[in-house]
Amino acid sequence: MKLYELTLTQVRDLVDKGEVKPSEVLEAVVGRIEKVEERVKAYITLTFDEAFSSVESKKLGRLSAVPIAVKDNICTKGIKTTCASKMLYNFVPPYDATVVKKMKKEGYVLIGKTNLDEFAMGSSTENSAFFTTRNPWDLERVPGGSSGGSAAAVAADMCIAAIGSDTGGSIRQPASFCGVVGLKPTYGRVSRYGLVAFASSLDQIGPITKTVEDAAYLLEVISGKDELDSTSAPVEVEKFTKALTGEVKGLKIALPKEYFSEGIDPEVKEAVLKCVRMLESEGAHVDEVSLPHTEYAISAYYIVAPAEASSNLARYDGVKYGFRAEEYTDLIDMYFKTRSQGFGNEVKRRIMLGTYSLASGYYDAYYLRAKKVRTLIRQDFERVFKDFDVIITPTSPTTAFKIGEKASDPLTMYLSDIFTVSVNLAGIPAVSIPCGVSGENLPIGLQVIGNFFEEAKILNVAYAVEKRINFRENNSPNLD
Amino acid sequence: MEYEAVIGLEVHVQLATKSKIFCSCSTEFGAAPNTHVCPVCLGMPGSLPVLNEKAVEYAVKAALALNCRINLKSIFARKNYFYPDLPKGYQISQYEEPLAEEGYIEIETEEGTKRIRIKRVHMEEDAGKNIHGEGNDPYSYVDLNRAGIPLIEIVSEPDISSPAEARLYLQKLRTIMRYIGVSNADMEKGELRCDANVSVRPKGSDKLGVKTELKNMNSFRHVQRALEYEIERQIEVLEEGGEVVQETRLWNPHLGITETMRKKEEEHDYRYFPEPDLVPLVLGEEFVERMKAELPELPDDKKRRFMEEYGLSAYDAEVLCADKALADFYEEAVKAHDNPKAIANWVMVELLGRLNKDGRSISESPVAPMQVAKLVKLIDDGVISGKIGKQLFDILYREGGDPEVVVKERGLVQITDTSQIEAVVDEVIKECPDEVNKYLAGKTKVIGFLVGQVMKKTRGKANPRLVNELLRKKLDELKG
Repeated sequence: MKLYELTLTQVRDLVDKGEVKPSEVLEAVVGRIEKVEERVKAYITLTFDEAFSSVESKKLGRLSAVPIAVKDNICTKGIKTTCASKMLYNFVPPYDATVVKKMKKEGYVLIGKTNLDEFAMGSSTENSAFFTTRNPWDLERVPGGSSGGSAAAVAADMCIAAIGSDTGGSIRQPASFCGVVGLKPTYGRVSRYGLVAFASSLDQIGPITKTVEDAAYLLEVISGKDELDSTSAPVEVEKFTKALTGEVKGLKIALPKEYFSEGIDPEVKEAVLKCVRMLESEGAHVDEVSLPHTEYAISAYYIVAPAEASSNLARYDGVKYGFRAEEYTDLIDMYFKTRSQGFGNEVKRRIMLGTYSLASGYYDAYYLRAKKVRTLIRQDFERVFKDFDVIITPTSPTTAFKIGEKASDPLTMYLSDIFTVSVNLAGIPAVSIPCGVSGENLPIGLQVIGNFFEEAKILNVAYAVEKRINFRENNSPNLD
Repeated sequence: MEYEAVIGLEVHVQLATKSKIFCSCSTEFGAAPNTHVCPVCLGMPGSLPVLNEKAVEYAVKAALALNCRINLKSIFARKNYFYPDLPKGYQISQYEEPLAEEGYIEIETEEGTKRIRIKRVHMEEDAGKNIHGEGNDPYSYVDLNRAGIPLIEIVSEPDISSPAEARLYLQKLRTIMRYIGVSNADMEKGELRCDANVSVRPKGSDKLGVKTELKNMNSFRHVQRALEYEIERQIEVLEEGGEVVQETRLWNPHLGITETMRKKEEEHDYRYFPEPDLVPLVLGEEFVERMKAELPELPDDKKRRFMEEYGLSAYDAEVLCADKALADFYEEAVKAHDNPKAIANWVMVELLGRLNKDGRSISESPVAPMQVAKLVKLIDDGVISGKIGKQLFDILYREGGDPEVVVKERGLVQITDTSQIEAVVDEVIKECPDEVNKYLAGKTKVIGFLVGQVMKKTRGKANPRLVNELLRKKLDELKG
């Protein structure tokens, strides 16, 4: 096995035992990037120099010099953080995000900053102001988004693990499209300090990894109450890896009928149900349930998220940092030109949507109503979790689509998040794992949703599936 | 027709915390531009606000001192607008659920005590400052040292009916803020800022007229003058058969007029919505009780006590209690010598007169409470006359010293030796035959002149009561 193919926990074990030198892992990953990045284009910024200059001096911690990729909307001190936007093309943060600080403390090595849809708004990375990332399984297809760069980098073995962010499915959908594991933790589980805000009440940072164990392990490192984030929860950080027994006997699994209805690719549905039947045969109880407000989730999401975004993105005004239009006549003209030229179409579309829905006279009809729907969606989940341990659904209705296929049709694009946004609206955790491949050899994602702060439980269910289907052993993208 | 004015004030008070409301930057005044800043108050991408507990304590104390009901749960909201001194493109404020509501303060008008109701008190952050280049400098500059300094906004009900009352209201607010130590509330330094809503209506009408909002008044005097002008202007418009236009007007202190700043339709739509980066502010009852217990005696309570305990008039008590240091000065003097009314007179007339003339505050007084007490005691004991008292006060104010020692050293002791005074009286009777004859002819008022002559000869040291007695006795003998 090649060193770049190793999982996080494998690298850690080998480095800790002294069987492999940190620089050897780094060299292997760098070699891999040099070989395939040209085709995949997962990275906006590569940080080889910093990585090599620091790798030997790294104190051995829980991330013993493991090369990790970080989505480019998460601040890294002294290293460009662009959000894949012209607006921040030159922005170098003078501070680290809390998750980066935590990983640094454990000795991680930053290998690069990964591509995304501009300001994390999108489902394909096609909204990146710089370039579109390719799906390692089929270079004509999108890797999903917005954390498409992170998911593609993990799938193509261009890092050992990656960090992404998930506002409406931005970790899980690309993980699903790229055949890797992606976890969206409970809102408040991981500090958002240093994550460039898209929609503050929905954003959450999480791991994108090769295995469930890696996701559990990385979550242990990055979780915890942070004094710098008032919305981070004072909840104890569990040993998530300890929960991975693979035991599902007596587990109660709910299948929401709204997630298996028409509009879903039959291959996707079949692959997910096959795994569910397998868990059932291992002693889990499976029942169909209803999450009746699911049909309103996309609408509510596209009110709440753009509303918050319209305010969060107001700071990009050309005054303090980032891009400023070259020619302008006065202050107002500077604002107009800077923001017209600095933002891409999707970002502008959402700023306009959000500005509209918060306008006086419309607030009650849109924002306030969406907030009420949000409560109803959360209550749907809470009702199910009274009787069930986890909910299983497909992560996305389809496998990865072709580049350009949906780019001109935002509404169709929005629907690729239909199975993921409800989880963000409710604030609960969910993990996507690969559960099979389609006839076109494209990965299919299965989503396990849990109650608030029950990451341990959903990770264990994911682990049980992973252990039984051996996806990684049987399938891999061919980039050689 | 006779008109009356209806005035409501919106007052911003800077809280005197050491650090800013949402970060740990210093609030110290006068530092070099942009030196008291950090990612949070600069509105850098990914930064998050964390509420300063001290600011909450100060705000709650202020609200309690204004007799408000504290809302145990309040919500921060974003007020969205673009301006270079507003780094995030929104101000974190409170909107729908403010910190406190329904308070009042009392002012002492010529018609007696008047209660002005307070609608709400809420917390918010200050903005930075724009500085425009002078002369040939075409640039504008932004200083963000002030961005994030904690403010409270105090909104009155439209209970104020004259510019003079508005001024009294502001002075009372300042007194209260200083008493409880939450702000120096100096208008000239911008620590207390005031916008006014003003309308006029026919006297006795209960319908409100169209109001205008006045801004840019930087002192108590300017508030009063701007209101006087604006009321006059509105009455003129109505008298000429016109209509007052709802708009925001700026006070121009150089021309002494108000001018249109923006019309109603040009007003911002602030698109308020709950701040998702902060959790609701939830206060415990014990916390509020503790804040209440920590409050010192408030000006109105002190005033009432001074009236009862020391028998002072409402006016005298109001003057002495307008400044806590002054009230303390007074009480210290009264404690040393129990003649509250006389001490009140000496403090208000002699001491405050001199201090005001010299532009000094009570804390800079060269005369200490003990000196005033001793001075009054010397008069009360008949050691010196009131007139000599003033002379003594002058010496104490200019040169200092122990009143008893000064009186002895400078021979200011009152002559109470009858034989000594008698000799002078005889002398005066001999020297002023005209006046003596007038007296004998029944014009007894002339005795004042004769007393004055005796006092002159004794350089004020003779006991005036004794002089009077002896003169009458001798003159009556001549008559007999």
